[in-house]
Amino acid sequence: MFYREAGDFKTSYAADQQTFPIKSERWLFWAFIAIAFLVVPFFINDYWNKAVLMPLLIYAMAALGLNILTGYCGQVSLGTGGFMAVGAYACYKLMTAFPGMDMFSVVILSGFITAGVGLLFGIPSLRIKGFYLAVATLAAQFFLVWMFNKFAWFYNYSASGQITAPERTVFGIAVTGPSTTPWATYLFALTFVFVFGWVARNLTRGRLGRSWMAIRDMDIAAEIIGVSPLRAKLSAFGVSSFYIGMAGAMFFANYLGAIEVTEAFGIEKSFLVLFMVIIGGLGSILGSFLGAVFLVLLPVLLKNIMVGYLGWATDLAAHVQIMLIGGLIVFFLIAEPHGLAQLWRVTKEKLRLWPFPY
Amino acid sequence: MNMHYSSAGGAHRDNLAKGETLLQVDNISLSFGGVKAIQDVSFDIKKGEIRAIIGPNGAGKTSMLNVINGFYHPQEGTITFRGKERRRMRPHVAAQQGISRTFQNIALFKGMSVLDNIMTGRMTLQKRNMLWHALWHGPAQMEELEHRAAVEKIIDFLEIEAIRKTPSGRLPYGLQKRVELGRALAAEPALLLLDEPMAGMNLEEKEDMSRFILDVNHQFGTTIALIEHDMGVVMDLSDRVMVLDYGRKIGDGTPDDVRKNRDVIDAYLGVSHDD
Ligand SMILES: Nc1ncnc2c1ncn2[C@@H]1O[C@H](COP(=O)(O)OP(=O)(O)OP(=O)(O)O)[C@@H](O)[C@H]1O
Ligand SMILES: [Mg+2]
Repeated sequence: MFYREAGDFKTSYAADQQTFPIKSERWLFWAFIAIAFLVVPFFINDYWNKAVLMPLLIYAMAALGLNILTGYCGQVSLGTGGFMAVGAYACYKLMTAFPGMDMFSVVILSGFITAGVGLLFGIPSLRIKGFYLAVATLAAQFFLVWMFNKFAWFYNYSASGQITAPERTVFGIAVTGPSTTPWATYLFALTFVFVFGWVARNLTRGRLGRSWMAIRDMDIAAEIIGVSPLRAKLSAFGVSSFYIGMAGAMFFANYLGAIEVTEAFGIEKSFLVLFMVIIGGLGSILGSFLGAVFLVLLPVLLKNIMVGYLGWATDLAAHVQIMLIGGLIVFFLIAEPHGLAQLWRVTKEKLRLWPFPY
Repeated sequence: MNMHYSSAGGAHRDNLAKGETLLQVDNISLSFGGVKAIQDVSFDIKKGEIRAIIGPNGAGKTSMLNVINGFYHPQEGTITFRGKERRRMRPHVAAQQGISRTFQNIALFKGMSVLDNIMTGRMTLQKRNMLWHALWHGPAQMEELEHRAAVEKIIDFLEIEAIRKTPSGRLPYGLQKRVELGRALAAEPALLLLDEPMAGMNLEEKEDMSRFILDVNHQFGTTIALIEHDMGVVMDLSDRVMVLDYGRKIGDGTPDDVRKNRDVIDAYLGVSHDD
């Protein structure tokens, strides 16, 4: 019975509102954060950075964004890849147009530019819902990718059609370009995810978050009790695109360094992030992280087992992996629509009662 | 009872004295294609009263509430709320002006806790913008705590302390109705519209709900428009009753007047219409 909340009484509403109301959970969280910031950078190597940590952090950022829109506000979007592309190209244009700009500002500005584009594509949500909105965002996905291919201005007329990130520094340390070190890019991305994870929690815990959830749960009743659908939906589109844009910028500049839009930001990206949100837990900040961890780690793990340990052919392993992930999504949609985050909550409730089941 | 509004009509203060006209409805007609839901109905609601709207199924009662809070737009007629004639408006604007309501079919936010549902009722009273919320600590948190305290008073008043953290979708029907009343009260409305708040309840639940409605009216001076099928409840609670039948007004007056009204008796006994 080491996990318990007995004796952990709340004496004020402020204490009751805390993100981690239970003391042991709060300690666990801060220990985890301390390890991520203070220990991991000393042990990180290129493989872990490229195969696990960077994708994990960047997808967590994208999943946070999509979860705000889909999980909290109930607006399904299949345009995540396209919005990540907006972030990436905004980042590229900013880096090349303003060589003196530091990388923190570049990523944040890329987020704001994407938010503007997201607002624009959010306007149809005021008239259409559900399936039709999903199709409209799908159209946005294809349109955006087409646009970045079509107009050479976006890739500065480079012969290959690719965009390549020049070197940029933060406090004199390179975080983009060929001479970066794993720990530097990792810490850069981690800082963003930590700060904006906290911001996402703040946005969803108060009035704004309730206006999103009210629209999600019953839009007519929400409007009748005073939620403006226009403000709620557009703010969700804006904030969501802001996150996804920052994820796209880091995916391009800090993670891959050079990209080609069709390859990097195709429709598979939209689905991948959507699956993370579904498996992790719709309408949960924690779920966004769990979903990203799960779908980044699972393929790495499966590949190591099937190819490295069992000696299967790579393509067979790839097919098995797709089937497994598909099966998991069906499972979560049917059995646990609130995803891994809910499983975690239920486990905690059980632990609290342990060893007595009732 | 230990709930205190800042004044009668709560956050939506006005200069009207008890008994003055709060809402005036003139010659409203509403139709859906060929269906005439409301035909040339006029009536008023005085500040501080409990105004019942009764009538057989399909009479147009819910439609009338929907017109009052801007969800339906009548083809003809005018609505004057607190002395101002109202132009065509969206429901959330009516909410901002102090009209809140409950629904015939429960319309709680099922994925949200009871506490969050009632907090959502205070949407129109909260002012902090997104940037403050992103920071949380400071003004946004202070505002949230202030409103939380007000909501806790409503939770005490409705005696639902034990379920504040429960997802509202998991509650039994009677409690959901009570939470919905809480959400409407949270807005500190000038005019509270209740659409069959006791439908489907057992006797004990009805008694509780009647007591809550009377308390809200007496202690906070909240004006209430009430749709209810249970005649006993209507006669006990209301100051004045309006009767609708087939979209027309067929009676209006004190409960006693209405009970004696021939047309009303016919409508309820199902005497055939000659028109
Ligand atoms: N959105 C709508 N579209 C079409 N017809 C409608 C609509 N809303 C109401 N009506 C019609 O208007 C008439 C009045 O309906 P309303 O719901 O106002 O009745 P009511 O008095 O509330 O009845 P009940 O006691 O059954 O709740 C009915 O004939 C109904 O079918
Ligand atoms: Mg009705």
